[in-house]
Amino acid sequence: MHLRNILTVYLKELKDAVRDRRTLMSVIIIPTLVMPLMFFGVGKIMSGVMKKAADEVSAVAVIGGEDSPAVLAALKKAPKLKVVATPADWKQAISDKKIRAAVDIPPGFEAGLRAGAAPAVKVSYYKGELMSDRGAGNVEKFLLDLREQTVADRLAEHGLAKSLTRPFEFSRENVAPPEKVGGNMLGGFVPYLIIILCFTGAMYPAMDLTAGEKERGTMETLLCCPVPRIDLVLGKFLLVLTGSLSAMMLSLASMGISAAFAGLLFTHGAGGGKVAAGTLGLAKQSAAAMPMIDPMGLLGVLAMVFPVAVLFSALIFTVSLFAKSYKEAQSYVAPMIFLVIMPAVVGMLPGIDLNARLALVPILNLSLVCKEMLSGIWHWDYIGIIFGSSCVYAAIALALAVKMFNREDVIFRA
Amino acid sequence: MIAAHNLTKTFKDKKRGVITAVDDVSFACQPGQIYGLLGANGAGKTTTLRLLATLLKPSSGRAVVAGFDVEREPEKVRAHVGFLAASTALYGRLTAREMITYFGELNGMTAAAIKARIQQLSTELDMGEFLDRRCDKFSTGMKQKTSIARTLIHDPAVMIFDEPTLGLDVMTARAIVSFVRDCRNRGKTVIYSTHIMSEVEKLCDHVGIIHGGRLVAEGTLPELRARFGEQDMEEVFVKAVGGEAAVAAALKN
Repeated sequence: MHLRNILTVYLKELKDAVRDRRTLMSVIIIPTLVMPLMFFGVGKIMSGVMKKAADEVSAVAVIGGEDSPAVLAALKKAPKLKVVATPADWKQAISDKKIRAAVDIPPGFEAGLRAGAAPAVKVSYYKGELMSDRGAGNVEKFLLDLREQTVADRLAEHGLAKSLTRPFEFSRENVAPPEKVGGNMLGGFVPYLIIILCFTGAMYPAMDLTAGEKERGTMETLLCCPVPRIDLVLGKFLLVLTGSLSAMMLSLASMGISAAFAGLLFTHGAGGGKVAAGTLGLAKQSAAAMPMIDPMGLLGVLAMVFPVAVLFSALIFTVSLFAKSYKEAQSYVAPMIFLVIMPAVVGMLPGIDLNARLALVPILNLSLVCKEMLSGIWHWDYIGIIFGSSCVYAAIALALAVKMFNREDVIFRA
Repeated sequence: MIAAHNLTKTFKDKKRGVITAVDDVSFACQPGQIYGLLGANGAGKTTTLRLLATLLKPSSGRAVVAGFDVEREPEKVRAHVGFLAASTALYGRLTAREMITYFGELNGMTAAAIKARIQQLSTELDMGEFLDRRCDKFSTGMKQKTSIARTLIHDPAVMIFDEPTLGLDVMTARAIVSFVRDCRNRGKTVIYSTHIMSEVEKLCDHVGIIHGGRLVAEGTLPELRARFGEQDMEEVFVKAVGGEAAVAAALKN
């Protein structure tokens, strides 16, 4: 193994890669643009939809209620509600989004109230449809207010204090610092993103430098030079690793910058030297504080992800090496992404916590430990096991890549 | 020089079992000579040359190229060999200069030596006009010249050509043939595989006829003509491999 040879191969591959539009797209342009697009494009659309839903005066139909004129009048005056003529098929009208909800006021509702009965009002809506959910919510708020007012009137009638039905008040206060909140909220998402980007960043260069070279006939040319094959593998592998890490780092940087800008735009003052980050819609919803990530946690994540990037790069390199053409390599590598996504998604799920057994499961262990580190939890024993096992897996994958590159039936597969 | 002793190469195939691509082949080629390896498609020419260039390892037998054993010292063999084949392409995104420089660096040459050598090769091959243009925009002739410069950058003592004129137009093929002749004149050991009889007649000092992986006949052109009683090289070849039926059967396989 000669460092000079490895460096020569690496620098040539780097020069080749930066001149290749497809590599630039997959390693630099897409990872850099995807976050701003998510924050400012999809995020803006989402927040616009949410704002529209929040501001909308919901059209509702009233079924019955002819003998309850006071309730009907109050409904018509409610600020977020607009009572419209009741369609014959009001259920269909909700489905067709012509009205958002319907309130079924039973016969004798007001009389029942006065008599002390407990009549039941039914609110019909279309579950899962945002505007209908909001409309039903507005109707429910009106009914809650009406119920409270009824209780207050009855208490007053009997000369009783309001505290009889509301003996104490309570409130909720957050004591978690913003970065811990951010860690918990984004702890699952950020590792997932990093894992996926590490994989996709390695994909194109790995396929191009192996199957692509075979297809273009340059592999045989390269093998003619008097350089040990291990030097060729390592030089090429380093370029694949560069692609993997570049895609991940660029995306993280882009995410940090986008989130900081999104924070400034949406919440008036996130940042303060911390890396702010937010997912879709979160920025708009959290009016007071953007979720933030502890920079130490992020550094820990980057350290942990390095051997996994090596593992991905070596594995994709090895698999692509089998293929005779770029297209064939794609058909081998594309399904691998599901093997990567599955443990990464499992790691995102709440309630799945790190233990000694899971610490040995590749990808899942990274996802779980990153979630912990971003939440400010540092289990050094698990971190040691995960880093160590990831290094071992990476070394095995790299050794496999070197072995495959030395196999004639792989390199000259016809 | 090149010396092959009982060189054999087998491959495993899932459908066809063990295939013997090169079967007990022995020959020698001296400096200042062109050894022509003549055979039909699939006869074993490319495998033989890949064994000599250490791209493949022999299953049995041995070969010595430029004084080094192909199995024990493959890197040293490659350091003294220039290998040019129809399948050895150029990096399209590099310029001709970058391509040649890369192979100079991989051959352990210094930057100054590479620069001087490129200057010399560029003049000899008339590459000045396209030396700093990207290879993916080259005509076939430009590509061949760049490939030749790539094989010669380290001034190897042994040149291995595997059907270098395959798919080329007449003028480019003539230039290649002329270049191969130049290599011989400069005292290099040259081995040249082809299935084009006219090239054999123009170039080769010694000819080995390979069929089904075996070297079925060998000698100078006059020796082969006398042995098979034919003047036409194509007839010599057909007789050497066992008649037209044998050629057809081999091609079918």
